[in-house]
Amino acid sequence: MSGAAELAGLLGLAYWAETSIKLGVALIVIPTAALLLGYLFLLKMMAFMQSRLGPQDVGPYGTLQLIADAVKFLQKEDIHPATADRRVFRAAPVVVLASSFLLFVVLPTGPDAVVENLDTGIFYAMAVSSLSVLGVLMAGWASANKYALLGGLRAAGQLIAYELPLILAVMGVVIQADSLNLQEIVRAQAEGEIFGFGLIGNPFILTQFIGFLIFMISAQAELTQTPFDMPVAETELVGGFHVEYTGFRFLLFFMAEVATAFAFSALATVMFLGGWWIPGFDFDAPALNVLGPVVMLIKILVVAFIIFWIRFTYPRLREDQLQKFAWKVLIPLSLANIVVTGIFKVVV
Amino acid sequence: MPQLPGLLKGLGVTARTAARTLFPKRGLRTLIPAPQQGSVTVQYPHEKEAPPDRARGVIALHEENCTACMLCSRSCPDWCIYIEGHKVKAPPRRAGGAVRSVNVVDRFDIDYALCMYCGICVEVCPFDALFWSPEYEYSEPHIADLLHDRIRLSEWMETVPAFEDYEPGSEQKVRKVPDFGPDDFLPERKLADDDAVLAPAADAATSADG
Repeated sequence: MSGAAELAGLLGLAYWAETSIKLGVALIVIPTAALLLGYLFLLKMMAFMQSRLGPQDVGPYGTLQLIADAVKFLQKEDIHPATADRRVFRAAPVVVLASSFLLFVVLPTGPDAVVENLDTGIFYAMAVSSLSVLGVLMAGWASANKYALLGGLRAAGQLIAYELPLILAVMGVVIQADSLNLQEIVRAQAEGEIFGFGLIGNPFILTQFIGFLIFMISAQAELTQTPFDMPVAETELVGGFHVEYTGFRFLLFFMAEVATAFAFSALATVMFLGGWWIPGFDFDAPALNVLGPVVMLIKILVVAFIIFWIRFTYPRLREDQLQKFAWKVLIPLSLANIVVTGIFKVVV
Repeated sequence: MPQLPGLLKGLGVTARTAARTLFPKRGLRTLIPAPQQGSVTVQYPHEKEAPPDRARGVIALHEENCTACMLCSRSCPDWCIYIEGHKVKAPPRRAGGAVRSVNVVDRFDIDYALCMYCGICVEVCPFDALFWSPEYEYSEPHIADLLHDRIRLSEWMETVPAFEDYEPGSEQKVRKVPDFGPDDFLPERKLADDDAVLAPAADAATSADG
């Protein structure tokens, strides 16, 4: 539980030193994660799926393209609409980005490699991930633009609608693992058995496959990725809630979107794919603090691949189809999933 | 879920396209990624695209044919063609004929910052002075430099592809200008530059001016 604290105690680190190391790692990991997903999937995979090459000229194979883009964004003028609510307008992208930064706090990548091992980790993750709705709504309202406002309202309606199946899908995992703590969820998968066969543990994707599907679909909607990207619908809303944003404020929205995609992939990995645990190792083996993050990264990339694959394949749904799908299909299905999981939990 | 097979098929299409783009090679070398060969796009600044002959790249001017009649300028929806000309006296076409008065182009500019490539000027020109050229590399760092004069427009005539026959049934369109024969056909511009040639017409010119 307090593995990181013990490790810090062994190394003789003060609280402030431990905290600043964690902060530094988070500040490196989060933008790197966003760049990695952005380059691999948004630029390259999308290009290949459309029989293009993607960026070629900046760095080897265009690897530095996103950094060049970021530099370009930083050079741009910071424009506020004349009638905008300036304070709220400025705060909105920060709120959205803060929400995705906070998500990274509880993500475990090894027995001790976690920023803060909260007892209510998954509850916390769900709670801070819905903070981004607030930022989006702030952006839409403060822009004093009807497209932005419509985008903000759509985002609010959509994110609230899909928050429910997301959390209900997580409930199944929580019931099965007997814990809200993400490390304990990983442990439950590592020490679980499939019909007495415990070599690969029991990744919950096997027992909670419906939950996994619902989680992925809702995550797609939470991230406003393309079949569910009505809040930023290019054709109808010319960009939705971030239509008035320029320069680095737009960059913050973009970074938050990709970083949140990374964080949600990590959550799916932890809850359904066995997290950082490698079959054959003890759950507390110190080597997993080094190997765990690597395994985690590979699994995250696989999950993120699915998210972006779906994004580049499907066209946008209509607003009423989106709501109907959430309330009439996903929520009943996830409730049924909880009931069935609960029955099995009691009986077996 | 009747949509499910279609949804899965869609995922298959994108995955297959990605695989074909990334791994276009066959046989043993299948696993060597070669997106340069697999992609359908042309990497423009590095390799040139070959536009079709009739591509609407830029409008070229065959200056000898232009009579500064202003039809193109007046029919242009953007008013992006600027023409100035003056009248000169030309010798009669036939021996004993009257001295003619012809137009000479002083200025023929097209502002490609305004042009929307509708091609109405090409269609409307009764003297075959304007042509579509497939040339497309004429961007400029400054917008004012996109105003191209008759020298530049004439240079583009070299890139105009050879005239192709119209399809049967549209013969009446083929010759828009009555055929005068090569010797008679509008040598006015050269004549205008050379006053000596105009000597037979000089008297008539002064009387007309007076």
